[in-house]
Amino acid sequence: MAERQQVLSPSRRGFLTGGLMGAAALAGTGLARASEGEEVITEIQDWNRYPGDGVDARPYGQPSQFEAHVVRKNVPWLTSDSISSINFTPLHELDGIITPNGLCFERHHAGIAEIEPGSHRLMINGLVDRQLVFTMADLKRFPRENRIFFLECAANSGMEWRGAQLNGCQFTHGMIHCVAYTGVRLKYLLEEAGVKTAGKWLLAEGADASAMTRSIPMEKALDDCMVAFAMNGEALRPEQGYPIRLVVPGWEGNMWIKWLRRLEVGDEPWEQREETSKYTDLLANGKARRHTWVMDVKSVITNPSPQAPITHGKGAMVLSGLAWSGNGAISRVDVSIDGGRNWHAARIDGPSLPMALHRFYYEFDWDGSELFLQSRAIDDRGFIQPTKEQLRSVRGPNSIYHNNGIQTWHVDGEGVVENVEIS
Amino acid sequence: MSRFPELVLAAALLVAPASASLAAQDAPAAGKFGIGREATPEEVAAWDIDVRPDGLGLPEGRGTAAEGMAIYDENCASCHGDFGEAVDRWPVLAGGQGTLENERPEKTIGSYWPHLSTVYDYVRRAMPFGNARSLSDDDVYALTAYLLYLNDIVDDEDFELSKENFTSIKLPNADNFIEDDRESEPHYADKSDPCMRDCKPDKAEVKMHAAVLDVTPENADDNAPQGGID
Repeated sequence: MAERQQVLSPSRRGFLTGGLMGAAALAGTGLARASEGEEVITEIQDWNRYPGDGVDARPYGQPSQFEAHVVRKNVPWLTSDSISSINFTPLHELDGIITPNGLCFERHHAGIAEIEPGSHRLMINGLVDRQLVFTMADLKRFPRENRIFFLECAANSGMEWRGAQLNGCQFTHGMIHCVAYTGVRLKYLLEEAGVKTAGKWLLAEGADASAMTRSIPMEKALDDCMVAFAMNGEALRPEQGYPIRLVVPGWEGNMWIKWLRRLEVGDEPWEQREETSKYTDLLANGKARRHTWVMDVKSVITNPSPQAPITHGKGAMVLSGLAWSGNGAISRVDVSIDGGRNWHAARIDGPSLPMALHRFYYEFDWDGSELFLQSRAIDDRGFIQPTKEQLRSVRGPNSIYHNNGIQTWHVDGEGVVENVEIS
Repeated sequence: MSRFPELVLAAALLVAPASASLAAQDAPAAGKFGIGREATPEEVAAWDIDVRPDGLGLPEGRGTAAEGMAIYDENCASCHGDFGEAVDRWPVLAGGQGTLENERPEKTIGSYWPHLSTVYDYVRRAMPFGNARSLSDDDVYALTAYLLYLNDIVDDEDFELSKENFTSIKLPNADNFIEDDRESEPHYADKSDPCMRDCKPDKAEVKMHAAVLDVTPENADDNAPQGGID
């Protein structure tokens, strides 16, 4: 036991030393004795001398302790309580196109339902030849597919309709995630029940205490919707609908019913609370759009951003961001460093998949002057991401949902970044 | 087994091409896998409680606005206020008629919701918050009648709402919803190549700072605005 203590304590010291060294380097004093060399190199470090945890210590691995700040965050004033609420994916800390399961933003209307999979059932009823009940074991006997899609809340960026409000892309754009789903095509389940000719709409319902419901047109249901039981290779997380959720590619997150328990076929939409009171978009003339399902072409620069300032000074730098469209794949992303006066084609790296996140980069030399960073995505149907002014001129400021306007970050001479609106 | 082996062979040959084409695909084409079982009528009735604007799905039952007031005061007023005006940031249920074109519209059942069916359906499936599915069908008729009363859509507290008269009630904002027409907006309709060089005169100037509002959680003060998502 004493030996064990000895092994553990030096690594704690190592953590503190490492933290101080990092801070010193940021402050620009780390190279004061550069001629003698950095201590992290010239002195033997604890992790280089003492063994670390064995393979039994972490049966389900967690991120490094030095990444403890990379977490979902809530904005308490947005909602009345945390049970029917939202939190945000830390986009500024992530790279690539896949969101780690534990960081995927959450949106619940009655908290997280904890369902034992043996007690979960999926029912298909309504205008079908046979009303059916499936167990989880049944669902896993249908042919499976793996698909990568983004899921964006209809309200993502909704707080920004009237102007710059929240300072960080986690808060302005973090109601989104993108994972690889494994599941069954909804089409196979509906065909198993036999949809009657009059069956033009589908009502999907969750098993949680909000009994979330949405009406989905049958063409979409039969086209590319899935009933997913896995994300990024493992079972869905409870907060993402364990044991099953609906996947509705390219469409607003509200329709991706979690803890899915029932699918009803009908001949008309149901006009439930979540498609009348909520998820309808009020226009300036007092009319409201309904059935605004698709999430339009959108992008955001994730680095630099207010939570990720430039700390390395002038010179070579990497600008990084995300682009996506519910209409298909992203064909191009342009980046401006002068507030939209001039644009440069960014480089899309990694897979370019329809209705999935795309990662883009733009590398340039920063001369230390003030920057106004913007990104503008174009999708493969030719839709161009609009400015916020363009959106507001047509819709007014009270739509709440579907704000895909171009985001501006102001970078000052010190590298500090702020969410702004500009002329 | 068939007593006519040549017929079995012929049948096998007939289905062979179909099988081959199935094998070439990632998954079988339309067809039944024989998975799942028939739902019983009791099971469907237990879960299928949704109600449509045309009244499909309404259960038998009835209740008056006055009865609804008693149920409301006991089960609803602590969050939604004595008159549907809401406590703190909980949703407002009544009032706001004629505010939809205002700078700050108030969207309630009376000012915004298109269909009474949604009131009945949502209250029955999801309210009271924290104790859903605890109200009887008659309770929900009475509550729905009271919500009409709070919104000045009926003015008699003895007004009784029932399955029979339900669809005769039309909410004030019913005709103000339009289908999604975003693709016709000028910025989407114009698909010409966007400007790349010298797109705007003058240098960019900041018109609005998020840091001035100071409502981001890391450093938010008590001036945070009212909610917007519920």
